[in-house]
Amino acid sequence: MQLRRSLPLGIVAALALFAVAAPLTAWAQEGHGGEAAAGVNAYAPLVPLLIVFPLAGFLINVFAGRRIGEPWAGILASLFSGLAFLIAVLQVVGLANSGYEAVTIPVLDWIVVKDAVGNGGVNVAWAFLVDTLSVTMMLVVTGVGTLIHIFAIGYMHGDVQVNGDPQRFPRFFVFLNLFLVAMLILVTGDSYLTMFVGWEGVGLCSYLLIGFWFEKGKDRIGNARAARKAFVANRVGDWALMMAMFMIFWMFSSFTYNDVFGRLESIRLSVQGQNAITIITLLLLVGAAGKSAQIPLYVWLPDAMAGPTPVSALIHAATMVTAGIYMITRSHVLYALAPESMQVVAWVGAATALFAATIAVAQTDIKRVLAYSTISQLGFMVAAVGLGGYVAGMFHLVTHAFFKALLFLSSGSVIHALEEGHHAIVHAAHATHIGGGGDEHAHGESHADASTEHHAEALHDDAHAFDPQDMRNMGGLWTKLPVTRWVYLIGALALAGIPPLSGFFSKDEILLDAFEHNLGLYVVLTIAAVFTAFYMTRQVLMVFFGQPRTAAAAHAVESPAVMTVPLIILALLSFVGGALNLPGGLPGAHAMTEWLGHTLGEHEAGEFNLFVAGLSTVLALAAIGLGYALYNGKPRAVDERDPLHNLLGPVFGWLRDKWYIDELYELIILRPFGWLARFLADVVDWNFWHDWFHDKVLLGTFNTFARLLAVGVDLGGIDAIANGLGEFARTVAASFRNLQRGYVRTYALMMFIGVVAVLSYFLLVR
Amino acid sequence: MSIPTHYIVALSAILFTLGVAGVLTRRNAIIIFMSVELMLNSANLAFVAFARQFLDMSGQIFVFFVMVVAAAEVAVGLALIVTIFRTKHSISVDEINQLKG
Repeated sequence: MQLRRSLPLGIVAALALFAVAAPLTAWAQEGHGGEAAAGVNAYAPLVPLLIVFPLAGFLINVFAGRRIGEPWAGILASLFSGLAFLIAVLQVVGLANSGYEAVTIPVLDWIVVKDAVGNGGVNVAWAFLVDTLSVTMMLVVTGVGTLIHIFAIGYMHGDVQVNGDPQRFPRFFVFLNLFLVAMLILVTGDSYLTMFVGWEGVGLCSYLLIGFWFEKGKDRIGNARAARKAFVANRVGDWALMMAMFMIFWMFSSFTYNDVFGRLESIRLSVQGQNAITIITLLLLVGAAGKSAQIPLYVWLPDAMAGPTPVSALIHAATMVTAGIYMITRSHVLYALAPESMQVVAWVGAATALFAATIAVAQTDIKRVLAYSTISQLGFMVAAVGLGGYVAGMFHLVTHAFFKALLFLSSGSVIHALEEGHHAIVHAAHATHIGGGGDEHAHGESHADASTEHHAEALHDDAHAFDPQDMRNMGGLWTKLPVTRWVYLIGALALAGIPPLSGFFSKDEILLDAFEHNLGLYVVLTIAAVFTAFYMTRQVLMVFFGQPRTAAAAHAVESPAVMTVPLIILALLSFVGGALNLPGGLPGAHAMTEWLGHTLGEHEAGEFNLFVAGLSTVLALAAIGLGYALYNGKPRAVDERDPLHNLLGPVFGWLRDKWYIDELYELIILRPFGWLARFLADVVDWNFWHDWFHDKVLLGTFNTFARLLAVGVDLGGIDAIANGLGEFARTVAASFRNLQRGYVRTYALMMFIGVVAVLSYFLLVR
Repeated sequence: MSIPTHYIVALSAILFTLGVAGVLTRRNAIIIFMSVELMLNSANLAFVAFARQFLDMSGQIFVFFVMVVAAAEVAVGLALIVTIFRTKHSISVDEINQLKG
């Protein structure tokens, strides 16, 4: 019994040991067996560990998570995530030592197909590509991922209590570690096919985590629906990505980046080739639109907020949704050959940035605002890569990962605080109700009791409908949440683009690219940035300022240190993250431009443009001022009209209802699809194929034929012969039977006749 | 001169025919027996007539055999008739038809 239980664990441990030992040995042989030669990336052989560590965490929690229990399952997962981060940091050191040379680390032959003649065929190796671009992504994924893992230990503790299934705590970390595995496969692979594996893997994890509380949500199925929506919307993008991959293989007979890009540099493209590249890049854009939530496939991301908040932070803000930007950046060689595609990319990004920002200003769900903000910021990044500003896009990706993860986690902290407040009231209400019969004033101050009771009654009215994510239920949290308030403010200011926070520098670089290359884009993006500043001001004011609008907000308590410490670290990163790539003229300028330049080629460094920076700052401050004027101390009560509603009138309804895009999709895609499906099922399949073709034609023909065989041939032919013979024998026998009636005189007569006949014969014939 | 043989044979044939007609037409088992005896005796008559004609004694001897057989037959047949009468209270041959096929 004991042995059987520990056997899987032992196997996992042995495998993990082997998986860790193999790269370490390779590293020891290459880097430290002899003196490490300058220019050799000594740490690159360690890169498989990047995946091995989260995989080990995943496997251990899969097999033993329930026994490990809370909080150790989370600590274990965080530990493995942290180890992966260490490996990523080592990669930076390795790259710096080796002159930023890209290294490919093959691990195993993955797909080997030989064609008949023996030349060509497919040979896709599983290999890791270590260059400055992939290492940047590794750092973001593992670094932010680790902080979110740690935060989740605290957050999920409360979440599983509130949702009433503490057994689900380890499962969350199983999914989270699996997500890290998939995401790291995505960013470390050296070919489109490897990337695609990770691409699908993160989609799966996203689905699993959005549906983490699959039995909850609207009609007890809302979360499952949201998960499915995300999966399906992603599939549309995946389809386009697969098409692009097939075309790439068709053109280049290889999936690896090096082969594809290397071949492109050595050949001159024909017109058809040029068109093919354009189509490939456009298909890649559709793939990126699916994963990175761009128009028209962004609709899944707001619904994805059904997942627990750390998931929103990790997957739907910081890492997975940036996969599309990474993919486009990785394919920069292809895009360089397709200027039309780049135009499309840029405009899709800018349109998304503005469109999502307008929706964000009218949302009331704290996470939904951030979700639309994420879509908008992803639009900025896509616009940047579309303008050829890959560094700006990646820079914004990194800073956005910091401050959006921070904002999501802080909103998680706010939600957590509100839930705690809500619970405190419910418990207090129970206590007063129970104790009310005996000694009324036994609990100390009667005043506090009365107020609690009052709140409890107010709360009981809408207890079943209390939504801890609705900003209208918040307000006045500034004094309640001493840590969260500051980190939230930093995140909001960074997102709004206020100098000297990180968001200012990264967004400014994108705006500068747009300003220099495409003035129309610049205007659109600047307006989007204004909206950004406005909705973040609105959110901060609605959440933290004014008076508490519900009892739960009045009783909110700050989250534990396991949640606030990662927040503080992220806040620091959000604050100073701009230093990664300061504009020219400042010390340490262009660090990231140079760093990524080793992979992306020489890149024009963004110089400081006083007009662009000044204008965006002034506009952001103006938007903040406008937001302050509108929302200072408002709304005063839960059901008060939104101040913006009074200002904008019916337009506000359109914004609040997301421009009715979901309804539009419902109308033009889902409903026709449903009709088509019903038509195919009811009419084509059932009526035509089943009722007519199968029942009438096939079955009817068969029955007719069978009847012919049975009645005509079998009964009429074979049986008739057999029965006829029998009938004949019986008829003959019946006639003969009449001769033997038993009358002796008949016998005697016959004998007489016989004798007469015999005698006649002898006498007459012979 | 003695009676010509063909007279005797003709008588024998008449007797035999009478016997046959009796067997075929009567229902009473005893009458049928009597008819059978008539047929046997007509045959005896024919035997004797031809024995005298051809001066051969084997015909005469054969008559004795026939008479013995007839006597035995009568003994068995009458016993059967008595038994049948006891069970069926009738000796009509039309009612003795249980062996019909």
